[in-house]
This record gives sequence, C-alpha cells and structure tokens, in this order.
Amino acid sequence: MSGLRIDKDLCIGCGNCANACLQEALTVDSYAEVDSAKCILCGMCVDMCPVSAISIEKEESGIDKSAYGGVWVCAEYLEGSLHPCALELTGKARELAAQLETEATAVVLGDESADACASQLSYAGADKVLLVTGERFAQPVEEVWAAALAELVRARKPEILLFGATEFGRSLAPRVAAMLETGLTADCTLLEIDPETKLLRQTRPAFGGNLMATIVCPDRRPQMATCRPGVLPMPELDETRQVTAERVSPDVPAAQKALLGMVRQAAAGKSITEAKVLVTAGRGVGDKKNVALVRRLAELLGGDYAVSRPLVDMGWAEYPHQVGQTGVTVAPDLLITCGVSGAIQHLAGITGAKTVIAVNTDPEAPIFARADYAVVGDCVQVLKALIQELENGTTK
Amino acid sequence: MNCIVCIKQVPSTNEVNLDPITKTIIRDGRQSVTNPYDTFALETAVQLKERCGGTVSVLSMGIPATERLLRDAVSRGADRGLLLTDRAFAGADTLATSYTLSLGVRRLGDFDLILCGKMAIDGDTAQIGPELAAHLGIPHVTDVLAITEVGDASVTVETAWQGGVRQVKVALPALLTVQKDVNQPRMPSIAGVKRGLEAPVEVLGAEAVQADAKRIGLTGSPTQVVRTEAPQRDSTAVYIEGDASQQAHKLAELIAGLTEGARA
Repeated sequence: MSGLRIDKDLCIGCGNCANACLQEALTVDSYAEVDSAKCILCGMCVDMCPVSAISIEKEESGIDKSAYGGVWVCAEYLEGSLHPCALELTGKARELAAQLETEATAVVLGDESADACASQLSYAGADKVLLVTGERFAQPVEEVWAAALAELVRARKPEILLFGATEFGRSLAPRVAAMLETGLTADCTLLEIDPETKLLRQTRPAFGGNLMATIVCPDRRPQMATCRPGVLPMPELDETRQVTAERVSPDVPAAQKALLGMVRQAAAGKSITEAKVLVTAGRGVGDKKNVALVRRLAELLGGDYAVSRPLVDMGWAEYPHQVGQTGVTVAPDLLITCGVSGAIQHLAGITGAKTVIAVNTDPEAPIFARADYAVVGDCVQVLKALIQELENGTTK
Repeated sequence: MNCIVCIKQVPSTNEVNLDPITKTIIRDGRQSVTNPYDTFALETAVQLKERCGGTVSVLSMGIPATERLLRDAVSRGADRGLLLTDRAFAGADTLATSYTLSLGVRRLGDFDLILCGKMAIDGDTAQIGPELAAHLGIPHVTDVLAITEVGDASVTVETAWQGGVRQVKVALPALLTVQKDVNQPRMPSIAGVKRGLEAPVEVLGAEAVQADAKRIGLTGSPTQVVRTEAPQRDSTAVYIEGDASQQAHKLAELIAGLTEGARA
C-alpha cells in the first residue's frame, strides 16, 4: 500500500517536518514518526526534510508508455477567432517536441471557418494540424468536444496534451483528463522536459502563491496541463513553414446543452488585457477609497487600472479588473504597481509586462524582484504626490 | 429537484509562508473551514429546494473531522450528509478525488443536479466539477451565476462568459459549478444547529462504497509533486530613493520618458 516512509537512520529529529505538516500527523521525539491515520500524503514534509529521510512510496499502476508520442495542443477557436494562447501553446509544443524528437500537433475544433487557422498554427510551429470541424462542432459544448478529443487521443496516443487555461479551457480540459483517466495540472507557469526522465515538468503556484510546485505525471498518458494566456511567449510566425492539415471526424454523442446566447454583454470599454499603461492596486493601498487614486493615476497616464485578488475578494473592485492566475493576464508596456506584494499567482498574471515600476512599503516584497524600478515607500503618499505632479504638469 | 452539493474542507487561510532563513513553514491559525466557494453552491441548492421542493444532500471526501462541516451544512438547510473517509483515500489528486466522489454520488442515489463550488481556495484547480461530471457521464456547466428556469428535464442557468453573462440550458441530470458571491449564504438558525447535530451523516470508507483500490488515494493519482520550493527573488530593480514627494517627482520624469519612448 502507498504510504509515508521515514528512514530512522537518516532522521536527525530536527522537527522541520512536524512544523510543515498541516494535518499535525507528525511527531518528533528522537526521530520523526507519522500517524498514518492523520497523514494525507500531501508531501509537504518530504520537501522540508533537510536530510531526505522522508519519502512517499507509491504503488504503480502504469500503462505502456512506449506507445505514446507527440506533443498536442488543443487550439481554442471560439466565435470566429483563434485565441492568442493557441499560438503561444503551439510555440511551446514545438519547443517540447524538439526536445523529445517528436512532432507538434495542433487540434482545432469549431465550425468550418476554423479550417482557416491551419496556416497560422503551422507558422507558429505545428508540424500538423488536425481539423475537427463542421456543424457538429460549431458550438463549444464540453461533452461533445471532450468526447472528440478523447477519441482522437485514444487512437493516436500523444504523450503530451496542452490546453489554454481560458474560461472554456478550464472547463474542457478536466473533462478530457477524467475520460482518459490521466493527470492534469492547472495553470502552469513553466513547462519543461526533464532531461533525464523525459517527463513533462509542470510548474504552478501553490499554497496561496508563496511556493511553486513542480508536478509530473510519470505513469499515465497523455501528460496534460493547462497554461494561462500570456504566460508563454508568443512565437515568431514563420510563414515559410509547410502547412499540413488533416480533417478528422471522431464519433461524438449529441450535445446535452443549448447555448442560448448572451443576456448581458461584456461591459463596454477595453479589457485590461489590451491596456498599454496599467496601474494596479494591491492590499497595500490600505483602504477602498485609495483605489480611486490608482484610477486617477491611470486616467492621467491614458491607461487603465487593475487590482490584485484580495481587493476583489474584499469587494473593492470588480472581477474583470483582477490580475493574476485566477484573474486576467496582462501585458502592458508600462505597469505601475501600488501596494502589490507580488504573490506568485499575481506575478503569473504580469509576466508579459514590459517595464514594471513597483511601489510598496515592504522592501522584501517579492514584487521588487519582478520590478525594473523599485520605490520603497507608502504607495498612498507616493500616489498622491505623483498625481499632483502630473495634474500640475510640472514635469515637462 | 434533488441536489447533491460537494464540499471541501480547507485551511481557513490559503497562504503558507516560509521562514526566509530556516525555509520552514511559518505556522499560524489553521482552523479548517468549508471552502468559501462551496458555501455559495450550498445556498444555491437550498434556495432551489425552497423554490421547487426536493432534497439537498452534502457530500465530501476528507479526514474524519470533516463530519463537522457536513453537520454545519445541514444546519444551513441541507437534509443529510455523506462523508467518504479512509486512509486509502489519502494523497488523492483531482482524478482520484473526483472518482471517489462519483462513488459517493452513486451511493446517495437518484439526483437531478450536482452543485460544486467553482474551485477550492487551497488548490485553485477548478478541476473536480468537470472531472466528476465526466465520471458520471453527465453534462456540466461552469461559472454559474444563477439558476433562472427549472424544468422537468432541464435547467436554464446564467454563467459568467467572456466578461458578460451567457444563458445555457442543460439537460438533467447535470453538474454545475457555482461562482462566488452569487448569493448570501445563510447563517444557521438555532433549530438548524439542533438539526445539524441530529442529522443523519453517513461516514463510509473505501470498501463500503466498493472503491477500486487502483483508482483511489495516492495509488489512483497520476500526478505527483516532485518539488515544492520558494521562488528565487533576486531583485535587479533600480531603486528610486527619497521621501514620497521626491520619489513622485523622479517617477513623473521616468514615466514621461518611458511613455515618450513608447510613442516614438
């Protein structure tokens, strides 16, 4: 049976493991002991042990991995347009495929108009494009699209399958993973091939964003991950690349839902994803009324404003203005952060920002590691002074 | 309308901090609570029961102490609870967890709707709902804001979609994942608390739900965490010194230069 193993010969009784255990399952006297009734095998103690005395033993229930090859991307095509993350993922798939000495394949589902995506996906790096298009796939219906993808994967056996962590991707990918009885890692910020094991190393923020967890799927295939739009670099489109498309028509069940259309459109105005200048507020602004200062600065700079997750949680701003892993990914030319500490989830949303100016009282705040310019100080005071400066036009 | 609401026990704070020197975890209050997203799913189900009749069952996979949260759910309007708890469930990733929950759903019998929170605050994966629906072979709809129409064979819901709101009609039985802040979860009444204490909460292990040992817990979990670490934080930033007004002045000059550069 699977379980936690502690090597008593190695254990030095330091207590790091017991301190790390969220379940209080570990006690340390002269060496660590685990109460297996409490242990949920989360693995926190394994990482915290300075002498590698703790391990998790797992019974393997593997499959024949040698039958699997190729890196696939599910390229999201909705309402007549290819999502930019489809190209980002295809660029990454090409890089991973090169390391694995295999092919990169993009799969597009949608109505016939989606066929036109084949060239762009090829230019972005797909060696082959599978077109699952036609009337049956005209609507993004999870139970239909997932069945189509699962059938294709079963027949062609890719070793890796990537999705964009978009609204729809986050709904579709887990359905596919469960149908295929394989693992799925959500919202990865880093995907790389382990040079020794050739496994896909999937890194994502964990535990409120203060830790990064690297996850692998050693014994099932395909290895599946979703990746936030804007996190991976946009590949150069190489228009000399050959376009190889293949039409496939997997069997699918009838849709069990009808998409009845929008009852309220997105609020007018640009999404913060398109802002060239973005000013963001974090918990450090201290008060709901100070969010207005951030909006004012954004206005003066001809940009837009955004916030970190805690502010939306507290009701200080609306969700469409939330930047980060569970919000929106942004890529402005200039990003000014005010009182944003920079949890990993938030940083995951701003990887595409060109120049970052960070204002925060805490000189140790992780945001400064991402910043090009650092202002250690009270962001409210700095904001007020800066707004005054800009309103007076004293800086020419 | 018979509903099953899936709930998860999570630490009251989703933040874990590392001591920068010893690299050990800094402990703070770690009271367990019901995942906040799930409280909106529960309230949605209870309101549906008040509107259309039927029952609300709450389901969780977790440590034995999770029974307290199921009783709490009963005090807020659910009728009964089922807790799946077993050492063999330990170490489950989303695939093994969703499989295990599917066994709980089957144990609870006929249902029309399964309601889940959009995601759990300690994992943020938002995978359990769609995976559970796949195991059960029923359709799912994510990011539900409201159930607007209830028919015999379908429900119509409003969902958050591309910054706006979209209507979706889905055939029953179905699974919905519910967004947060879509309602005001009720507080338990005194009668409710009493009902919670007396409520039938079944506690079952792996054998009792006829779990396939290869599909549960760590053994049934394809994903494996190989490393957890604090990220590198080496700043290469240019520091802008001075008091607030001096900093603001330097910033104004800097921004003017940067935005000019962008226009050029």
